Amino acid sequence: MLRIKELVKRYGDEKAVLKNLNLEVPGESVVSIIGASGAGKSTLLRCINRLVEPSSGSIELNGTELTKLEGKALRLARRRIGMVFQGFNLIDRLTVMENVQSGRLGYLPAWRAVTRKYPQEDIDRAFHLMERVGIAHYADKRADELSGGERQRVGVVRALMQEPEILLADEPTASLDPKTSRQIMELLRALASELHLPVLINIHNVNEAKEYTQRIVGMRFGRIIFDGEPTDLNNDAMDEIYAGVPAEERGGAESNTHLREVAAR
Amino acid sequence: MVATTQPTGPDAIAHREWSRYTTKERWRRYGVMALVALAVVWSLSTINIIWPWLWDAPEQMGDLFARMFPPSLDGWKDIAWTLLETVNIATIATFFAVFLSLPIALIAAQNTTPNRFTLWLGRFILVSSRSVNTIIWALLFVAVFGPGVLAGILAIIFRSLGFLGKLLGEAIEEIDRAPIEALESVGASRFKILIYGIIPQVMPTFFAVSILRWDINLRESTVLGLVGAGGIGIILQGAIDTFAWQTVATILLAIIGLVIIGEAISAYLRKKVI
Amino acid sequence: MSSTVQSTGRTWKKPPFIANPVLRWGLLIATVAYVWWAMTSLPFDWDRIQDGVPRAIRIFKGAFPPSFIRGELLFDGFMESIKIAIVSTLLGLALSVPIAFASASNIAPKWLYTIGRGVIIVARSFHPVIVAILFVKAVGFGPLAGILTLTVYSIGFVAKMLAERIEEIDWGQVEAIRAAGGATFVTLLYAVIPQIMPRQIGLSIYQLDSNLRASAIVGIVGAGGIGSTLLNAFGRYDYDFALAITLCIIGVILVSEAISGRIRRNLW
Ligand SMILES: Nc1ncnc2c1ncn2[C@@H]1O[C@H](COP(=O)(O)OP(=O)(O)OP(=O)(O)O)[C@@H](O)[C@H]1O
Ligand SMILES: [Mg+2]
Repeated sequence: MLRIKELVKRYGDEKAVLKNLNLEVPGESVVSIIGASGAGKSTLLRCINRLVEPSSGSIELNGTELTKLEGKALRLARRRIGMVFQGFNLIDRLTVMENVQSGRLGYLPAWRAVTRKYPQEDIDRAFHLMERVGIAHYADKRADELSGGERQRVGVVRALMQEPEILLADEPTASLDPKTSRQIMELLRALASELHLPVLINIHNVNEAKEYTQRIVGMRFGRIIFDGEPTDLNNDAMDEIYAGVPAEERGGAESNTHLREVAAR
Repeated sequence: MVATTQPTGPDAIAHREWSRYTTKERWRRYGVMALVALAVVWSLSTINIIWPWLWDAPEQMGDLFARMFPPSLDGWKDIAWTLLETVNIATIATFFAVFLSLPIALIAAQNTTPNRFTLWLGRFILVSSRSVNTIIWALLFVAVFGPGVLAGILAIIFRSLGFLGKLLGEAIEEIDRAPIEALESVGASRFKILIYGIIPQVMPTFFAVSILRWDINLRESTVLGLVGAGGIGIILQGAIDTFAWQTVATILLAIIGLVIIGEAISAYLRKKVI
Repeated sequence: MSSTVQSTGRTWKKPPFIANPVLRWGLLIATVAYVWWAMTSLPFDWDRIQDGVPRAIRIFKGAFPPSFIRGELLFDGFMESIKIAIVSTLLGLALSVPIAFASASNIAPKWLYTIGRGVIIVARSFHPVIVAILFVKAVGFGPLAGILTLTVYSIGFVAKMLAERIEEIDWGQVEAIRAAGGATFVTLLYAVIPQIMPRQIGLSIYQLDSNLRASAIVGIVGAGGIGSTLLNAFGRYDYDFALAITLCIIGVILVSEAISGRIRRNLW
């Protein structure tokens, strides 16, 4: 259970990017966050694992208050939170296996990390997950030799290696082609239900959000102005979230008849 | 250079030259020229040169080279052996310097240094190492440890640290932040981030810089002997002092050979690792 | 989430840096053997080295605090170094231009190219200190030997860089002027020189900076400048004066590096 209360974030002296934001994500739900560029989606996600320092407010994950943690306690909390990045953020010159195992760095003793002598248990888990997403045969390849979709799979497996209690994905499909992008979304949804894992996904593609998630949160100017099921996201709600953005562009690159229908209604 | 719209394309440079001739630029050019002329006149008029020696110089040099011919092969064994010793000094010293420079680079890079004090300590080490020449380091170490190879090795290590540390530190400061962020988000400690995120990224620079420095050190180690710090310089000095010019010629040729081979090897290795 | 995974029995090892095991172990053993051999074959004089620590203490005691009493000597030494650097830079630049043209494969005929490259290789191969000794023998102690040395040193670097720049020039401009009926000299003047000028100016400033550094060390073999002063101080065990000189050298190098860096940044 993730509970965010009255979260405020301002960068420097500028006006707040997140304004007294409240959000609750109970276990096992896949939530997508939509909103125009600059709405504060990435900032929200990054506040949760403290890659960005919140200015005030509280973030609680399964009973642990995250905003006050420092040093070792922060690292212990972070290893419970998996994150998938838009740019994959892999270590290019290391092998896929090392990248995947880097998800365990919060748990591993330093000597094992240095010598790459990972516990057999972790290796089993890694192969299991890599097989699940279809990249096991790449274990010894260097990360920069893979295609974008394969790289993002490595990113997903790395996050899952943490045995996270929640998964954060910041536009995980924005750098991928439409087909691969759908595969990754499908994967995230399937993994969430297999592993009983709550997932928060920032996403620009409203169709994918509707298709793959049970709950959609709409942000505008640092506030949540929509929170409901995909079917509740009607044209008025969309207009409010993306005020000024023509309806045709909201669907992302591919034209989707489903959206046309919604928009036409 | 005052052109407001910089032309692009093949004749950009020529065009720039052309637009340079505006009044202000021209005066600045005259000013610079006058300054240069003044500096030269001042230097030449006050420097302590015995002019007849200069007029004599071509003849003297010709004489010197005449006496060097033909290069003598006597004592080639000694020369070959000390040449090898020179290579060893350069290689061993580079080897140690490379390892020692890593921690220095880490504390001298803004994104990996533990605190302000270590940052300044790192920078201080880099600056003092870089601005004291190998020969001066060698003088110091010869005074401390006596003449010999140890002084030479230490001199090269101390000079290389600054070079390697500076370039490596810059590479560390320029790494891609994205993977580091990912490692932070999994809860990795600073040390693990270093091992997984930073070191793999600076590895290519590390190799390239080490090879480059080895090449430079090969040259530097040929002169260590002139202040008594080991290597081929010692027998060169000996030959010069005894006016054995034909041996000097052999040694000089050997040095050229060494430097050229070193350059070829380092060029080959650089291509290999990158 | 806490699902235990069935062990598949698959293991994983980091793929080695060098795939071929023979090559990998061969290289490793060769490296270890080399280091061991080099360390044991180098003639270390251990008895003398053991005196090092007390000597180091004595030297450092002698060196602190640095003595600026003979400031005039120090000042004269530096002035001489600066003069050597200025004159040799100019001389080196002037000589570099024809040598660079001779060593540019796109301009020089084959025989000239060979000679030009030969000159550059010889000038680059020798450390300035070696060149300095030879010049000291030929023209005697003093700044003249320093100037000649650093002239050679400048040629080695400037002519090489310049030749590379000339080889990269835009050939179209040369054709254009040739087509307009220009003689060879005119062609060079109008088509090549403007293209290499910016590089040449940057190189000059860089070389002045390098020569100033180098002038501090060629003095150590008697070629004038602050290096000679430093060597004398060492020879007379005046460690406090030697430290003062070294500190000044560091200061001057830092200042000159900063100035040359700034000028070059503004130029480009
Ligand atoms: N490090 C930073 N320093 C200062 N301002 C920032 C920083 N990061 C983000 N911002 C600002 O905060 C606001 C919200 O940014 P954020 O990245 O959270 O938006 P987003 O909703 O993720 O947008 P996008 O869809 O383009 O990714 C923007 O106005 C941005 O300029
Ligand atoms: Mg974003």
